[in-house]
Amino acid sequence: MLILKCPYCGVMADETELSPGGEAHLTRHGPGSDDTEFEAYLFMRENPRGVHFERWRHAHGCGKWFHAARCTQTLEVFGTYSAQTTRPPQDLLDTISEKRPGWRWRDLA
Amino acid sequence: MSDALLPLGGAAFEGIVTIRETGPQGMIQLRGDLSDPGLAAAVEQASGAAMPAPLGAHVTGPRGLLWMSPDELMVLVPYADAARTVAELGRALGDRHALVADVSDARAHFTVEGAHLRDVLAKLTPADMRREALAPGTLRRTRLAQVAAGLWLRDPLTAQVFCFRSVAGYMFDLLSAAASEGSEVFHHRA
Repeated sequence: MLILKCPYCGVMADETELSPGGEAHLTRHGPGSDDTEFEAYLFMRENPRGVHFERWRHAHGCGKWFHAARCTQTLEVFGTYSAQTTRPPQDLLDTISEKRPGWRWRDLA
Repeated sequence: MSDALLPLGGAAFEGIVTIRETGPQGMIQLRGDLSDPGLAAAVEQASGAAMPAPLGAHVTGPRGLLWMSPDELMVLVPYADAARTVAELGRALGDRHALVADVSDARAHFTVEGAHLRDVLAKLTPADMRREALAPGTLRRTRLAQVAAGLWLRDPLTAQVFCFRSVAGYMFDLLSAAASEGSEVFHHRA
């Protein structure tokens, strides 16, 4: 069972109070993109064993979308952060590097 | 105007705690920039309560302010004053980007009263019901079993639960079942 801290209202929200929003930091490729980009945007998802970045919505609470970084192997939550960003905050990346040296996720490391 | 009808006609249940449908309660949903001093002054004037901090519930009797999200407040006023207060708030907020809606008839309210109230609610919600986590004056929006609900403690022995009117029957049955005679848990102290 996951418990994530909503960065907007500060509530420690149980997984069942949240709606999962899939992988974080996707770049939308729409009209005008080539087939490879569009396919990657639609279908290609990370499925890591270890560090992962996701979107969640505090559906049974303040209703805000946010980001979470967690480990899919141990369910350890590294942190949650604002949805208004295209990249995780540096201090969170540093925390993950400390706990999982050598981790890699898409173009983050 | 027609008379206000409570969703369940004021249903009550007596078990290890007392469940009572309360109301009608005037409720005004307000969305806007809560850091705006002008907005804060307007809602404080309308409700007679001080602007709550995040997760705060400042309620006295039928009046108060509930902090619902970083850009949403619930303004509690007596039922008969709701329409007038909406108009006043609309005037006070002027050109600000805000939404004011009378939702008095769209929500149901219940009080849960008794020493076992934390145990009863903890059977239904994943929210942390310990005294440290949910002191009187703290609002928690969460779910009770399958439906969304908000709750706060009026005092250590009285919790106020509200939910959408359409699920009022479900909520009452749920609370009553969780409060059925002989189902004490003795985990949380009042």
